[in-house]
Amino acid sequence: MAIGSGTGLAGAPPSPDRDPAWGGRLAWLLASILLLWPLLVMTEFRPWQMLDARSLHVTARFVGGFLPPAVSLEFLARVARETWRTVAIATAGVALALLLATPLALVATTALSVSSLAGRMALLPFLVRQATRAAMVALRTVPELVWALVFVRVVGLGPTSGVLAIALTYGGMLGKVFAEILESCEAHPTRTLLANGSGRLQAFFYGLLPQAAPELTSYAIYRWECAIRSSVVLGFVGAGGLGQEMDSSLKMLAGNEVATMLLVFIALVALADGLSAWLRRSLR
Amino acid sequence: MDIHERGTGVAGLAPSHTTAPAHGLSVRLERVSIRHPGARAQAHPALDRVDLCIGGAEQLVVVGPSGAGKTTLLLVAAAALRASAGRVLLDGEDPWLLTPRRRRHLRARLFLAPQIPPLPPRQRVVTAVLAGRLPAMSLARSVRSLLYPLDIAAAHAALKPLELADRLFDRVDRLSGGERQRVSLARALLAPARIWLLDEPLSGLDPVRAARALQVLREQAQRRAITLVVAMHQVQMALDNFPRVIGLRDGAVSFDSPASQVSPEALRRLYAHAATAADPGDIPAEQPGEPAPVAMLWR
Repeated sequence: MAIGSGTGLAGAPPSPDRDPAWGGRLAWLLASILLLWPLLVMTEFRPWQMLDARSLHVTARFVGGFLPPAVSLEFLARVARETWRTVAIATAGVALALLLATPLALVATTALSVSSLAGRMALLPFLVRQATRAAMVALRTVPELVWALVFVRVVGLGPTSGVLAIALTYGGMLGKVFAEILESCEAHPTRTLLANGSGRLQAFFYGLLPQAAPELTSYAIYRWECAIRSSVVLGFVGAGGLGQEMDSSLKMLAGNEVATMLLVFIALVALADGLSAWLRRSLR
Repeated sequence: MDIHERGTGVAGLAPSHTTAPAHGLSVRLERVSIRHPGARAQAHPALDRVDLCIGGAEQLVVVGPSGAGKTTLLLVAAAALRASAGRVLLDGEDPWLLTPRRRRHLRARLFLAPQIPPLPPRQRVVTAVLAGRLPAMSLARSVRSLLYPLDIAAAHAALKPLELADRLFDRVDRLSGGERQRVSLARALLAPARIWLLDEPLSGLDPVRAARALQVLREQAQRRAITLVVAMHQVQMALDNFPRVIGLRDGAVSFDSPASQVSPEALRRLYAHAATAADPGDIPAEQPGEPAPVAMLWR
């Protein structure tokens, strides 16, 4: 049976033979390419340079230095100690960040607004919330590397500067995302509790927390994983831990030591990922 | 908190200690109008110059077709919505002239049960019911109660007359819609409130359970001298159970009389655009083409 346009049931409109959205999509595609091209030129995007003979030779020598990974007992003991210190820096940093972020998030979130129960939010609460958001923006805009450099001058080399840098930056990030997670929860239970006269923190504990707990936890664990990576980077500016070891190994061109440390690092992040998945499942 | 059985077999629940006087809260609406900012120009206002006087410990029911403004009326009386015109007096005070702190204390003396049970899905029934008592608890006590429920016996006593005592430690999302509604009503029995404003409390319940739940609520309200205002659409049950009936239509009061004096003619006029015949027990369908009321912020 031929199903062609115009040969269907008597009186039925013929089937369209082109997709009406295609013209617009094609135009957007061409416009994006036209806009992207100057960006690629400006960033000197020439990946084929990595494949010429000289670059390949250099790459091969560099990668060759990584294998085999160093497995001497004394070195592994040192790596274990430094890994533990890195995890400690990250955990302490995120713990301080949570202490900073929790009150900021509770103040900034509109989910606990009492004045907006009956209409628009009143002016003073609105200004307070905006000021808190501005504070969180300020905290998280400065990269932790810059904070770490400042703190290294103030408190000297060592883990303290790393912890403080992570605490400040991550406090701003956690605060913003926590406030938005609370706003994305179903507001009905919380608003009813507030309308019946309970306090804001009570409404948070009984109305928002039951819904938001898995999201808040999984984001906090994700940030802890990011903090482990950050503390490795901060080690390069003197904050101790695995990063400082990696920095000295790179400077000595001991690629096999760097390889071991990278493998340990990957294992650590995978562990954090597993922990997060388990916690999320058990909170459900 | 003491729990004592009475001769009727319904467990009496002593209200938690409050400093408010132990009489029902009185409500007075004076020419209250509410128009939603997003409403279309030709739509009728959500409430249109409503005059209402509810005495302390009175029990009354509000009936009317969908979109008549029953929910809006309850929200205004609960100081949860601000009127565009007119004023509301709760126990002689205008809530919107109070400081936020005193307004919160006033709200603690109200209990509003919305149409959709306000229960977080992952919470357990015992915590959800004890949440009714939050306005009377300090923050420290409420957090402790979250970790380990401090008054399981009171929650049990509140759920028993509503036939849910065996679900005390289940999660709310494992309950059916009707059971969730009964949990929401059980909160009223524990709240330190002097007025109960219940929006369609029986809509998810079968007729037998609905009748029993209503009886429990009315008895408790009467015994504890709590004002009871219920909005429902089961007209026959409303007429049989409440001494005073208010008919609301298009935001205005159509009639306000004792239940015995409500004529079938008045009910017919109330539900005039019903698609089905004049039986006032049916829920009338909305006429297409009429300007629809703006969806409420509260469900």
